Amino acid sequence: MNAGVPVTIVSQDEPALPAHLKPFVVDDSALETSYAYGIETVPTLLRVDDGRVTGQVVGWSKDEWQALTGIPALGVQLPASRPGCSSRSLDPDCRDALLVRFEGHRLSSRRIDVGGLEDVMEATFDRGWSDGLPVVPPTIPRVIRMLAGTSRKPDEVIAEVPPDLAPCTIEKAAINAVLAGCLPEYFPVVISAIEAACADEFGLHGLLSSTYFSGPIVIVNGPVRQKIRMNSGINALGPGNRANATIGRALQLVLWNVGGAKPGAIDRSTLGYPGKFTFCFPENEEDSPWEPLSVSRGFPAGASTVTLFAGHGISSVVDRLSTTPESLARSLAANLRSLGHPKLVAMFDAVIVLAPEHAAVFSEFGWSKQDAVAEIHANLNLAGADLVYGAQEMEEGLPHLFADFDKHIAIDHQDFDVRRVADASLPKLRHGGLHLVHAGGNAGRHSAVLEGWLSGPAGSQLVTREVEM
Amino acid sequence: VTEYQLLDPTNELEGMTRPRAVRPTTLAGSTIGLLDIAKRKSDVFLDRIEQRLVERGFTVVRFMKDTNTRTASIDLQQEISRQCGAVIEALAD
Repeated sequence: MNAGVPVTIVSQDEPALPAHLKPFVVDDSALETSYAYGIETVPTLLRVDDGRVTGQVVGWSKDEWQALTGIPALGVQLPASRPGCSSRSLDPDCRDALLVRFEGHRLSSRRIDVGGLEDVMEATFDRGWSDGLPVVPPTIPRVIRMLAGTSRKPDEVIAEVPPDLAPCTIEKAAINAVLAGCLPEYFPVVISAIEAACADEFGLHGLLSSTYFSGPIVIVNGPVRQKIRMNSGINALGPGNRANATIGRALQLVLWNVGGAKPGAIDRSTLGYPGKFTFCFPENEEDSPWEPLSVSRGFPAGASTVTLFAGHGISSVVDRLSTTPESLARSLAANLRSLGHPKLVAMFDAVIVLAPEHAAVFSEFGWSKQDAVAEIHANLNLAGADLVYGAQEMEEGLPHLFADFDKHIAIDHQDFDVRRVADASLPKLRHGGLHLVHAGGNAGRHSAVLEGWLSGPAGSQLVTREVEM
Repeated sequence: VTEYQLLDPTNELEGMTRPRAVRPTTLAGSTIGLLDIAKRKSDVFLDRIEQRLVERGFTVVRFMKDTNTRTASIDLQQEISRQCGAVIEALAD
């Protein structure tokens, strides 16, 4: 002050500084200024030019204070170097209150007051927000912290979510991510999963209202897997990892709470399946002999992506003995023959989650992913005579004439030079309907099949979207 | 006393009850649309319905959705509305 430098002293708890300093003191016991400048340590010396912070010194440091102020003689009694104390704005007992006070206005969702005589956990069940398991109560501070996981604004619309075709904003996604138990760093994956699920080619409306089992399955690729510590190893498809578990659940809760897809109402699934609570896993790219799913889907290596598959399962493929790729491909194909029903073809896609011991059988012989897919397809041409209505003494099956195929049988009958199905050989899987993903623990000669819902343009197709990093 | 303030995770839409379209008091002179949702065996049901309606002297027009997995397009809905006085939709399986 004596040096002619305009100074403002912001005091969190000592506004009664010596009288001669009083004109320069701002009483910040309400912590508004401290919060606005993001102060984490006191003292913090800020240099402000034209309202913008152009320099700062955190804690006591005589040399740095003198350099920042440009006053060589500043504070001869200052410590040469000493750390400061934590800012009161970070105190656990007031941090959340500050978030509500200074950030709450960014949120436009309806506020639900829960009284002191009401159990807040029960309140979330009572209001129908839960899938049947406990959810994390979506308080304003928790939602604000979730929003810090993305650079996108709370009112930005991600997609219109079927079946209600209700707009899902970043804010609504954040609230549901809190309910699901996500950490903020998972949130970009949740956002991309919502985008992918609502892409037209995914066919979400039909998926949610179908009597079939399926739901959206989320497969994650790229560096985001490690960043948020997902599990692609032992028990990759099972419980035990927060990111795997809660990202899939957040998507489901968005469909539930924003889309309105509730069982017995629009969701008409005859039996459902446990993956409709959550089903999300990352590919083990590091130990895979092949390019990741994201690259197979046309994204550059190193991109973080989510891929959505409309399916259910898993069904198991046990093969303890195959030592050649040809033998293992036949095993995998044999298991795929019963996909949906052994007599139905080209209706359901499949994702094989190939465990490391099975993947090694292919890689030891230098087979590419495309080689493996081609060999499995080659073992899945089925005799039409076994597939038509009534064949094998089962009424279920295919029409007798190609001309009677509906759009769900993704076979172009013009590819066949016969009219009768019984005279042809038919592929179990439509072209492009088989995908291989690498995950699981290093021990175990078995893999998993994720079985698709109605697939192709008349049903659902795989959708991949990049994740904001 | 408010202990917790939570944010509503739902779409906050209010359900709206709209009156159903007025039912015709008679089908005499009406063209009747038969909408196949493109699911297996829809045609079995609708073929029989068409046969019975034609026997009674009605004019019948057949329509079909592109796929049962998606809602009927606005164009299709408007076309049915333009041509028909009543419509019968077939579920299937």
